[in-house]
Amino acid sequence: MHTKTIAELSRMLAAGETSSEELTRHYLERIRAHADLNAFITVTEEEALAEARRADALRRKGEAGPLAGIPIAQKDIFCTDGVKTTCASKMLENFISPYDATVVERMKRAGMVMLGKTNMDEFAMGSSNETSYFGPVKNPWDKTRVPGGSSGGSSAAMAARLAAATTGTDTGGSIRQPAALTNTTGLKPTYGRVSRYGMIAFASSLDQAGTITATAEDAAMLLNVIAGFDERDSTSVDKPVPDYTATLNDDIAGLVIGVPKEFFDDGLDPRVAECVREALKVYERLGAKIVDVSLPNLGLSVPTYYVVAPAECSSNLSRFDGVRFGYRCENPTSLEDLYKRSRGEGFGAEVKRRIMTGTYVLSAGYYDAYYLKAQKTRELIKEDFCRAFEKVDVLMGPTTPTAAFGIGEKTDDPITMYLNDIYVNGVNLAGMPGMSIPMGFIDGLPVGLQIIGNYFEEAKMLNFAHRYQRETDWHTKLPKGFE
Amino acid sequence: MALKPEDVAAIAHLARLEIRDEDVSSYADNLSRILDFVQQLERADTEGVAPMAHPLAMSQRLRADEVTEQDQRERFQQNAPQVEAGLYLVPKVIE
Repeated sequence: MHTKTIAELSRMLAAGETSSEELTRHYLERIRAHADLNAFITVTEEEALAEARRADALRRKGEAGPLAGIPIAQKDIFCTDGVKTTCASKMLENFISPYDATVVERMKRAGMVMLGKTNMDEFAMGSSNETSYFGPVKNPWDKTRVPGGSSGGSSAAMAARLAAATTGTDTGGSIRQPAALTNTTGLKPTYGRVSRYGMIAFASSLDQAGTITATAEDAAMLLNVIAGFDERDSTSVDKPVPDYTATLNDDIAGLVIGVPKEFFDDGLDPRVAECVREALKVYERLGAKIVDVSLPNLGLSVPTYYVVAPAECSSNLSRFDGVRFGYRCENPTSLEDLYKRSRGEGFGAEVKRRIMTGTYVLSAGYYDAYYLKAQKTRELIKEDFCRAFEKVDVLMGPTTPTAAFGIGEKTDDPITMYLNDIYVNGVNLAGMPGMSIPMGFIDGLPVGLQIIGNYFEEAKMLNFAHRYQRETDWHTKLPKGFE
Repeated sequence: MALKPEDVAAIAHLARLEIRDEDVSSYADNLSRILDFVQQLERADTEGVAPMAHPLAMSQRLRADEVTEQDQRERFQQNAPQVEAGLYLVPKVIE
């Protein structure tokens, strides 16, 4: 049952071939059996079964929508009413959210069943899921390797088919990079397309919610539910939401794929480059035109990101003060001692590094040299993307320079870790939508093809992704022991 | 750029973070490397470039100044480390 896509499960539920309760029990059993992956922080078994029975009752009354009864796992960055929401931090270890994030609320309204909350890098700061207070997540393709991050619990859970779909968030690649490293389909919509309300903030001008699924078709079905204006998010965009499933099979003959030459730099594993070339051949067979493009300032994206994101994080995370919610140190002697020790003990090392980097670049005397400069280079990066989209329909390239690396392999040097996101950071800085889809294997480890769309052209991106998945079967491959 | 231990202490104070003495040198080393890395932005020619305010060049929406939230103090305070009579407790700040 777990090898089925959401689209298939939806048809089976409609035909009465299975029930949501049966499906939910099946996934809960898989979550238990594969607990060693550490993909979940919280499993909400009782609530899930109650929601499943409600979805089945709705279906009997003929009131169920296409996603009713489909079991999903939520990244533990999304607030879930009455359920622990930790953001993988000691700071929020015991935080029970008093409300639902908009993404969660919309999925609930569609009748989806929440199986639990997935592990992640602490406050979404990381590219390997190793900064989680609850320990690293293992990649189902090789348990000595990372599943990517920060949405590493979601990518591992999806790769292992512990849920029919999962959610993620992408501030600097945190959906696309883990999807690439686990043979799953990751979708980061345009900034402002999906509400950030109730999504614990990391870098508000970059954060965007999305999904990690088995297929592009599943991603389209979920985006239909979660996209759209929300007045509770001040940067939510009030723009009509198309039916993303309606255009999946559109002909792509004559459409133009731009391939940025900067993606093929010295850091790229030549075997990944070879997989990209093979994938482009599939598109050529479908009639798409391939053209070379240049994003001359792309090399500035990682340094720009590591000024902008820490700056915003230092501001956003100032709310964790040990007073209103979250961790508080023992026996504080003064208010300052309370702040400092609660934050010093409640945050992990990477979060503290980023808060301090952000504090430094925003501090008096350094603001212009770092923060203002980075907002200018950010504009240059965005202009590069906009110029490229004057001539092309989508951009394509590798999602990551290499396949999954080993747990502990890159934890000593933050820069080595940051450079893993060299092809994905720029998309967030420009605010554009991006995807990663399975495109092959290197020594048994999956790698991903990145598809980047122009603003609000998720439908076109999904169309390209779906047409590729009709021609190839990479996305159907499952890791050994999880078939 | 090589940050000294006292620089780390000053940044940590601004961020209201306690850093244990034994960890200061590793933070100094890592933060120096991060700042060195981002320093390459200096070389970028940004003459005449306006700093980005919003990727979609949108202006901030405003809402009417009306009460839309209900009072849920008790519910919210269930997550607080220490409360009394509806108030959040902190160590004494005024002698």
